[in-house]
Amino acid sequence: MDARVSGQPNYNMAIVKSFALCAVVYLIVGALVGDIIAWQLSFPSLNLNEYLSFGRLRPLHTNAVIFAFGGCTLMATSFYVVQRTCAVPLWSNNLAWFTFWGWNLIIVAAVISFPLGWTQGKEYAELEWPIDIAIAIVWLSYMFNFIMTIANRKTSHIYVANWFFLGMMIMITYLHVVNSLAIPVTLTKSYSIYSGVHDAMIQWWWGHNAVGFFLTAGFLGIMYYFIPKQADRPIFSYRLSVLHFWALMFGYVWLGAHHLQYTALPDWAGSLGAAVSIAMIIPSWGGAINGLMTLSGAWHKLRDDYVLRFLVVSLAFYAMSTFEGPVMSLKTVNALSHYTDWTIGHVHSGALGWVAMVSIGAIYHLLTRLWKTEIYSVTMVNTHFWIHTIGTVIYICAMWVSGIMQGLMWRATDDYGNLTYTFAETVVAMHPYYVLRSVGGLLVLLGAILMLYNVVMTIRGAGQQKAAVQPVKA
Amino acid sequence: MTFQEKLEKNIWGLIAMVAIVVSIGGIVEIVPLYYLDSTIEKLTKEEDGIRPYTALELEGRDVYIREGCYLCHSQMIRPFRDEKERYGHYSLAAESKYDHPFQWGSKRTGPDLARVGGKYSNAWQVQHLRAPRSLVPESVMPNYAFFEEHLLDATLTEKKMRALSMVGVPYTEADFTGAKAAVTGKNEMDAMVAYLQVLGTMVKFEKGKDYRE
Repeated sequence: MDARVSGQPNYNMAIVKSFALCAVVYLIVGALVGDIIAWQLSFPSLNLNEYLSFGRLRPLHTNAVIFAFGGCTLMATSFYVVQRTCAVPLWSNNLAWFTFWGWNLIIVAAVISFPLGWTQGKEYAELEWPIDIAIAIVWLSYMFNFIMTIANRKTSHIYVANWFFLGMMIMITYLHVVNSLAIPVTLTKSYSIYSGVHDAMIQWWWGHNAVGFFLTAGFLGIMYYFIPKQADRPIFSYRLSVLHFWALMFGYVWLGAHHLQYTALPDWAGSLGAAVSIAMIIPSWGGAINGLMTLSGAWHKLRDDYVLRFLVVSLAFYAMSTFEGPVMSLKTVNALSHYTDWTIGHVHSGALGWVAMVSIGAIYHLLTRLWKTEIYSVTMVNTHFWIHTIGTVIYICAMWVSGIMQGLMWRATDDYGNLTYTFAETVVAMHPYYVLRSVGGLLVLLGAILMLYNVVMTIRGAGQQKAAVQPVKA
Repeated sequence: MTFQEKLEKNIWGLIAMVAIVVSIGGIVEIVPLYYLDSTIEKLTKEEDGIRPYTALELEGRDVYIREGCYLCHSQMIRPFRDEKERYGHYSLAAESKYDHPFQWGSKRTGPDLARVGGKYSNAWQVQHLRAPRSLVPESVMPNYAFFEEHLLDATLTEKKMRALSMVGVPYTEADFTGAKAAVTGKNEMDAMVAYLQVLGTMVKFEKGKDYRE
């Protein structure tokens, strides 16, 4: 285990490379399915058959983006960060490969099972029970390996990025196990053991923390390692990161209830959810400021460091959506925004702006370090940055307009108190924005394809460089 | 050495601390829902017609879940004037107490369905599911004509009901024994329409009564 090559611990970088490559591929898959369903909402004749209808593809999109792309990014970066910051190789390489193949098999199972309509019917937790069990096992293998690597560390302190990764792993274990409990009927059909209002609360406790932990805490782990590294500056404030961490761990868990304002969930739960949501602006912005201020004195680097641009702009989106979220959790705002596209827009400002951008930045950063080479085309990274940013902004703005308009049209009444619009009229009014959103999504997809090309060419270039340096071995 | 510093040097301490801190919010918000009496409304005998779904309705509900209908249709009417006008009385927690899983939804790409039962004829529902745009030209809903080609698997219905009874749905022996006969020869369209037609019809609301505290 302690074998050292030229003074460095024998890090397992092959596993990091594999997860990183998968993440790039799954970004394309997730964006592709997402854009297909966006076009389906614009032109319903695109629902070609029962297997490719909106209702079956939408879970595929959300799961592909969250668990395939997000999951592989988290696994690549956390395995990289934990080795580098603990100065030891992974505790077990075999276990790491088990995690890798297990996770990918689960993704394949999702790609097969969703079009077939095998679903538990709970958002972002749709996978049926045998796959849920597989997820639990593979997830624990990932967490165990991560923890044991930290336990074996050569450094005295555990680096802040690892706290966030750890918090994410622990909470996701709770959430996944509790929310997915179901009574099986057949291998492909089960019923949640919870019902009605209880199921709603547990589902959104899961739902919001899939966002808060999987897509936020985990990616903050990425932020705390990759931004200082790429900017070549220490983290702005250690104290702020301690505050950020514990406030996030404690607070995020409460937010799920704000998804159920004015529903049959008792009022006290929704109010509690909203109150903590507002309070969460402070740690969220603390974290964003901590990342952004890390660049103080190094802002000029943004001029020509495109990878850093991805990382920094991701924080701007993070700050924006962590302000928007608490606002939407307030009852008065929620009365308008709930059930509309505003929610979809909010999710995507987080997913495309924050999660995808910080991931893309981290993967480009890893690319040069792992394959020990220059990026094939820096211009292409720049192009990717702009396509992705413009696509995201188009998407979010389209959903803001359509969402707020939808909410206002639904509640509009004339002088006699009659509803001004039929539901069908509001659907027609959404059409231009649905088309616009599909175009925004298409840009994001094109950016992802460009990224894959750039990554492949970089790795090919690295292979050729190696061959040139060591002609004897070849 | 501060407590924080101790945690930073001890992975097991850090794990324990995180495991405790992240569990609090969930416990405070979820556990009381199980013991507070006010969580699910108490209905009078006249009002309370809430019963488990029949075999055919249950099969329809499973089709509804399979097709991901909940991704575009909510089943949760909020206590607002416009929602009352458009959809009817606001939803009660009691109305979904046998719903495993709940189908409140989070998005209204299409209208709320919590009280769609009885609003349209069976023939309308069938035609609308077959080809939504033949009745509502503005609709973006996929066509579900294939429901008519899929016969229900009558061998599974009793098993489904038994599974649900294990998690608290009060099905009786008569329900189990009658399940197969009730769905034999029926297709998914029949089941779906039966399910849609029962939605929101089980409670007889008293006019002007406040059902929420």
